Amino acid sequence: MARNSILGVFAKSPIKPLEKHIQLVVKCSNQLIPFFAACTEQNWSEAAKIRRKLSKYEQDADVLKRQLRLELPGGLFMPVDRADLLELLTQQDKIANKAKDIAGRILGRKLVIPASIQVQFQAYLVRCIDATEKAAEAINELDDLLEIGFRGREVDLVEKMINQLDAIEDDTDTMQIALRKELLALESELNPVDVMFLYQIIDWVGDLADLAERVGARLEILLARK
Amino acid sequence: MEILLNSGSTLVIIAAVVGLFMAWGIGANDVANAMGTSVGSKALTIKQAIIIAMVFEFAGAYLAGGEVTSTIRKGILDASYFVDSPELLVFGMISALFAAATWLLIASALGWPVSTTHSIVGAIVGFAAIGVNVDAVTWSKVGGIVGSWIITPLISGVIAFLIFNSAQKLIFDTKKPLEQAKRWVPFYMFLAGFVLALVTIKKGLKHLDLHIGTTDGYIYAFATAVVVALIGKVFISRLKFDETAELKTHYANVEKVFALLMIVTACCMAFAHGSNDVANAIGPLAAVVSIVDNGGQIAAKSAIAWWILPLGGFGIVAGLAIFGHKVIATIGQGITHLTPSRGFAAELAAACTVVIASGAGLPISTTQTLVGAVLGVGMARGIAAINLGVVRNIVVSWVITLPIGAALSIIFFWMMKGMFA
Repeated sequence: MARNSILGVFAKSPIKPLEKHIQLVVKCSNQLIPFFAACTEQNWSEAAKIRRKLSKYEQDADVLKRQLRLELPGGLFMPVDRADLLELLTQQDKIANKAKDIAGRILGRKLVIPASIQVQFQAYLVRCIDATEKAAEAINELDDLLEIGFRGREVDLVEKMINQLDAIEDDTDTMQIALRKELLALESELNPVDVMFLYQIIDWVGDLADLAERVGARLEILLARK
Repeated sequence: MEILLNSGSTLVIIAAVVGLFMAWGIGANDVANAMGTSVGSKALTIKQAIIIAMVFEFAGAYLAGGEVTSTIRKGILDASYFVDSPELLVFGMISALFAAATWLLIASALGWPVSTTHSIVGAIVGFAAIGVNVDAVTWSKVGGIVGSWIITPLISGVIAFLIFNSAQKLIFDTKKPLEQAKRWVPFYMFLAGFVLALVTIKKGLKHLDLHIGTTDGYIYAFATAVVVALIGKVFISRLKFDETAELKTHYANVEKVFALLMIVTACCMAFAHGSNDVANAIGPLAAVVSIVDNGGQIAAKSAIAWWILPLGGFGIVAGLAIFGHKVIATIGQGITHLTPSRGFAAELAAACTVVIASGAGLPISTTQTLVGAVLGVGMARGIAAINLGVVRNIVVSWVITLPIGAALSIIFFWMMKGMFA
C-alpha cells in the first residue's frame, strides 16, 4: 500500500545509519585503551577478551556499512552527493579496521611496549583516539545540518570541529616524532624484530588520527558541494 | 429522449450510487495521500488525522467544491452536440463515472498511485470524442486542464521552496531558533488561514446564497486568519519544552512548535483535497441530475442540486471512516525522517496551490501537487532522501491513466447505449 501513497516518495534517510556507524567505530577504537593496559600487565587472556569485543564492534560496523550501501541506490535525490556520502562511510570504516589490525598484531606477537616509553605511548594512544571521537562528534552534527538545510551557523560549527580535529592530528604527529626518538635510543637493548614491529604499531596508532582527519576532510567536501 | 422521461429516476439512482462509490473510493484511498505527511512526521496520531480529515474534507467539498464540479459537469464538453440526444450525455457521464471508479479499484488493488482527477477527465473526454464526436470536446478547455497538471506541481514546488527557505532564514539559522519559532510560526498559521478563508468566501459561499463583496471578503478572510494565528499562539505558549533536549539536539523543541503548525496545514490539506477531488465523484452525477430534472434540456446555467455536494462529502467521509484508518496506518509506519518543519512547508504549499486551483475551477491532482511541493523542499536541501523512482511512477501513472480512463469509459458507454437505447 505504501507504493500507492505519497510517502513512498520519502526514501530511508542515510544520515542516522551514518551516525550510528561512526559511533560503533569509536566504540571499537576505544577498546584499544583497556587492551594496551592489559598488554602492559601481560594479562594476555584479558587482552584476548578485549580484542574479541573490539572485533565484534568492527564486524557490526561492517554490517552497517554494507546495509547502508545497499540502501543507497542511485536515483535518490539527496541534499548531499551520494558519492561523497559513500566515500565518507568508507573512511569511517577504515578507522575500525585499523584498530582491529593493531590489536591483532600486538596479540599475535605478544608484543609489549617497553616500560620506559609506556607512559608516553599511552598519552599518544589516547590523543589519537581523541581524534576519532572528534570526528564522530562532527559526523553527529549531520542530522542538525539536515534540519538547517546544510548551510549557515551549523556549517560554521562543523567547520570549527574539523579545525579542532586538525589540531589534534597535528598534536599526534609531534607526539609520534618524540616517541620514535625515544624508541631509537632504546633500539640496541631490544630484540630487532620487536623494534621493527614497535615502529609499525606506532605508525598504525598514528593512522587512527590520520584517518579521523580524513573523515573530517570528507565531511568538509560533502558540505562544500552544491 | 423518451428514455430520459421513462427511466430518468433509474438513471439518477445509478449515477448517484456510482458517484457515491467513487467518493467513497476517494475517501478510502486518496485522503491517505493528503494526510500521510502529517501522520508520517508524527505531528498527528492516526485518530486525530481521521477526525481532521472528516471535518475538513467535508467542509472543503461542501464549501469550495462547486467550481470544479461545474468544470467537470459542463466545462469539458460542448453542450450543443448533445441538444438533440441528451440521453447520450447521461449515458456518457454514468460511463465515465463507472470507468473512473473501476480504474481506481484496479489500481488500488495493484498498489499503483493513480489520480482520480486524471481518470475522470480522461473518461469524459474518451466517451465524448470517440463515442459521440471529436468536436464534442471543448479541446481548448481540456488543454488548459492538462496544462494545469504540469504547472500546478511546478508552482507548488516553487512555493514550498520559498516557504521552506523563509523558515530556515527566520527560524533555524538564528541564535535562538526556539524563540524565533514561537514568534514566526503564528505568521505561517495566518497565511494558511488567510488563503483558505479567502477561497471559501470568494468561491464557496456562492451556492449557499451568501454574497459577500470583494473588500468585505478580504476583511473577513483577514479576520479569520488572525483568529487562527491567535489560537495557534495560545497553543504554542502552552507547549512544554524539554530543557535538557535543547543541549542534545538543538531542534527537537523547535520541531514541537512546527508540529502545532502542521495541525493547521493538515486541516488546510484536507480542505483543499475535499474542495478539488469531490468534483471527480459528483461532477458527472450533477450533470446527469441536471439533465433529467430539466426533462432532457441541457441547461447552461443551472445550479447544482442541493443534495449533491453533501452526498459527495458524505461519501468521502464514509470511505475515510471505513478504510482510511487502515490505509493511513500502513503509510504511517514506513516513514523515517520527515520532521514537521519539512512537512508543513510541503503541505502548506500544496494546499494553497490546490485551493487556488479549486477556486479557479481547475480539476488538478492533489497527490501530484504534493509531490511537486516535496521536491521543492528537497531542492532546498531539506529532505534526507527522495525516491525519484517513486516520483517517476507517479508521473507515469497520470500519463497512462488518461488513455485507460478513456478506453474504459468508451466500453461502458457502448454497453449502456446497447442496454437502454
